[in-house]
Amino acid sequence: MNLLGKLSWSAVPFDQPIVMGATAGMVAVIVLVLGWVTLKGYVPYLWREWITSVDHKRIGVMYIVLALIMMLRGFADAIMMRSQQALAAGGALGYLPPEHFDQIFSAHGTIMIFFMAMPFVIGLMNFVVPLQLGVRDMAFPTMNSVALWLTASGILLINISLAVGEFAKTGWVAYPPLSGLQFSPGVGVDYYLWSVQISGVGTLLTGINFVATILKMRAPGMTYSRMPVFCWTALATNMLIVAAFPVLTAVMAMLLLDRYLDFHFFTIDAGGNPMMYVNLFWVWGHPEVYILVLPAFGIFSEVVATFSGKPLFGYRSMVLATLAICVLSFLVWLHHFFTMGASANVNGFFGVMTMIIAVPTGVKVFNWLFTMYGGRVRYNVPILWSIGFMVTFVIGGMTGVLMAVPPADFQLHNSLFLVAHFHNVIIGGVVFGVMAGYNYWFPKAFGFTLDERWGKASFWCWFVGFYVAFMPLYVLGLMGMTRRMQHYDNLAWQPWLILAAIGAVIILAGIACQIIQLVVSIRRREELRDVTGDPWDGRTLEWSTASPPPAWNFAVLPRVTGIDAFWTAKHSPEAKKVQPALRRPYEPIEMPKNSPIGFINAFFAVVIGFALIWHIWWMAILGLAGAFAAFLIFAFRDEDETEIPADRIAQFDRRHQAEAAL
Amino acid sequence: MRYGLLISLLLGAATLGGCTEGVLDPKGPIAAAERQILFNSLGIMLAIVIPTILATLGVAWWFRSSNTRARYLPDFEYSGRLEVLVWSIPAMTVLLLGGVAWVGSHDLDPRKPIVSTTKSINVQVVSLDWKWLFIYPEQGIASVNRLTIPVGTPVSFELTSSGVMNSFFVPQLSGQIYTMAGMTTRLHFQADHAGTYRGLSSQYSGEGFADMRFAVEAVPAEQFAQWVDATRNAGPVLDTQAYADLAKPSSAVAPFAYRSVAPDMFSTIVNAGMQADGSPAATSSMPTTHSMPMNHTMPQRAER
Repeated sequence: MNLLGKLSWSAVPFDQPIVMGATAGMVAVIVLVLGWVTLKGYVPYLWREWITSVDHKRIGVMYIVLALIMMLRGFADAIMMRSQQALAAGGALGYLPPEHFDQIFSAHGTIMIFFMAMPFVIGLMNFVVPLQLGVRDMAFPTMNSVALWLTASGILLINISLAVGEFAKTGWVAYPPLSGLQFSPGVGVDYYLWSVQISGVGTLLTGINFVATILKMRAPGMTYSRMPVFCWTALATNMLIVAAFPVLTAVMAMLLLDRYLDFHFFTIDAGGNPMMYVNLFWVWGHPEVYILVLPAFGIFSEVVATFSGKPLFGYRSMVLATLAICVLSFLVWLHHFFTMGASANVNGFFGVMTMIIAVPTGVKVFNWLFTMYGGRVRYNVPILWSIGFMVTFVIGGMTGVLMAVPPADFQLHNSLFLVAHFHNVIIGGVVFGVMAGYNYWFPKAFGFTLDERWGKASFWCWFVGFYVAFMPLYVLGLMGMTRRMQHYDNLAWQPWLILAAIGAVIILAGIACQIIQLVVSIRRREELRDVTGDPWDGRTLEWSTASPPPAWNFAVLPRVTGIDAFWTAKHSPEAKKVQPALRRPYEPIEMPKNSPIGFINAFFAVVIGFALIWHIWWMAILGLAGAFAAFLIFAFRDEDETEIPADRIAQFDRRHQAEAAL
Repeated sequence: MRYGLLISLLLGAATLGGCTEGVLDPKGPIAAAERQILFNSLGIMLAIVIPTILATLGVAWWFRSSNTRARYLPDFEYSGRLEVLVWSIPAMTVLLLGGVAWVGSHDLDPRKPIVSTTKSINVQVVSLDWKWLFIYPEQGIASVNRLTIPVGTPVSFELTSSGVMNSFFVPQLSGQIYTMAGMTTRLHFQADHAGTYRGLSSQYSGEGFADMRFAVEAVPAEQFAQWVDATRNAGPVLDTQAYADLAKPSSAVAPFAYRSVAPDMFSTIVNAGMQADGSPAATSSMPTTHSMPMNHTMPQRAER
């Protein structure tokens, strides 16, 4: 028996220059960063203040860092696909063989959904929700850290697949029988399954944490009907996570049992039915779309209200619409496969349900419009992303409803029209949303605003690039071009694909502008410094504290008397008087202690995942034992809280009040 | 706005671009009806979507903070009438469109035979790694990667897969339908004009997927009869062994035909997908390309 399971030197694709180049680049960057951190002596600081941190704000920032890095990785895949398809027309085969191309589109989808969009929205929720609720932390701070590091484990595993072995060649949905052992005997599908499973556990923990936090921990006076809309969307999203992610975990566990233990859930023979996988996958998959886009809707609601200098129009409608979407999202999954051959009644039902879910979404668009109506719209970067979203998302919604008509879907399913549609809603909705949120809350996290000029340049590149990259795909879909083609014979498609590739390059320029924006802003941070903690004339509680907020968020928990609590407080008659800051009743605060358990647990998760992917059984057992031992040691810890003395809080708060008053 | 212009230009170009060989250039009644539904739905939605986009841009521009002529209404946050309007506009649209979807699903159900005075012909389709097999049960012949059909005659398809799922798609003649091992799906279409149409798999199925294309030759009835006669007189025989050979993975296979087909070939393939070999129900063991030890038996399932 081989001690290393299926692993051998032949697993490293030395013969593929593109893969090896990318691997070398990735390893070089990691070595450089680690070397720099070590040489500068930052390791103890990072370990103490970040890696072991259970502070929701730092965890949020780390999620977003992961998401931004993965956006680069996923985008590199996108550029490769677009250039391959721009080249491989007629007899030409392009520069990526099918074996490599198939991995790229699978990795692109998996990374962008699970490891870019998810960490980004979870990161923003982590940073913002407790601040908006007016509380000091999440319900389960250490679990929050565990969830973050499990996501990081998944990310590490999927990136290891680049260098050691291969990734799935099945598309990001990994439908059996193609993803079964019979047709995908390699480790690619196992990399996919284990990285998504491990990070999926993290996501589920996050969902539980947020639901508990939002339901049980709000500032005094913050009733449900006074909660900021972003918190409402976060609540809806996390309820969806709690309801939907177990389905994904279960369906992937069944596929793993098929692959590892010769079960027959989804095999062709012995009573398995692959279509069960397809159904269960989308029972998770459609709510997942709303898991991503609801927080984005929440961000737009905050941004549009703030930059219009007006309360959100139709607050109750917005909350109702959010909850309606939350429920309806479980009743539409079959629209992902109308072409399965279900009966006309089944197709008709799911088509109509899909359209009904467009109603609350439409309501939201109109409400944002009426929020701007009668406002004084300040054109900062976040509102640009928001208006760009409203225009773009309406088009994406329209093409989505078009495909909800089953006979139209028979023609458009699996085509580039579909690809254009979901990029239209995911880029136009989720990415524009997280970009708006990133620019909006960055000053809260770091105490200085992001450079406006580079931010605007980035927005325009993304916006124009999106249209140039994806409108041609709508055309190609109508011309009958299907997705995931490594090459094609129809030369009429090529000009459109070249145009789409140019669009991808424009988006690349947008990403470059974003990186420059970050670098420029850090260098000019003293000029861009915001000492008030409220750079945008905000409306919700996160703007009432210092930027960056202290570990305890609020020196004294705020009392909430209405919607837009901070705005009300700023504009109430008492606020005009001198701040009674000196007389605030400071008390010592109990804060959770930092803990390395998340990081240690994630280390063992990587070991277990890697061992199972390569069938190295002893290593998997060792990893499990390590994780269990770490858990035991953590469970028997003596103290998990630390007290922050009232003096320190008072000192910080008085200094902030004094600075803000200047 | 300039982007609105860009979008409308692109959509206009889409309409033109689609006219060559695509979804928007139907050559049969099913595809034409599907295109009509697509246009109707798009029209209904554009009536809402275009004003919404224009209103968004207009409101955002007019109420810019530097515009002193715009009224500032800091307390305009609720209006019962507007709320009713805001909910009813999308609701009415969806009501209309939902009707289109419901009626359309029934009218264009892929299982529904085409009503015609001309007797339909039957074709059985098998997707293999990575080519298409078309069996003509009444004619007793079969062809690979080329589907020849008579013009003006409804064609009734039964479809399955040898292994991996695919989707059978001839954009100019009808929408697509999945092919799944162990299961049978149905599709009906008709070509109204003679010509060669592009057929393909639109469900990614592995390494050879990009070449999984076929040509649909729609020919006049007499020519179809001639083709059947000619095919019966030449080419190999599709029996169990020939099928096993064909099922081995290969891509970009040049079209060819079989002069005769073993009886019940199609149902044998469907059953092979459903059950392990050694089961008494199978007339012969049907080794698939990626044969795996299969020692399990299972009850026979009814065809869908």
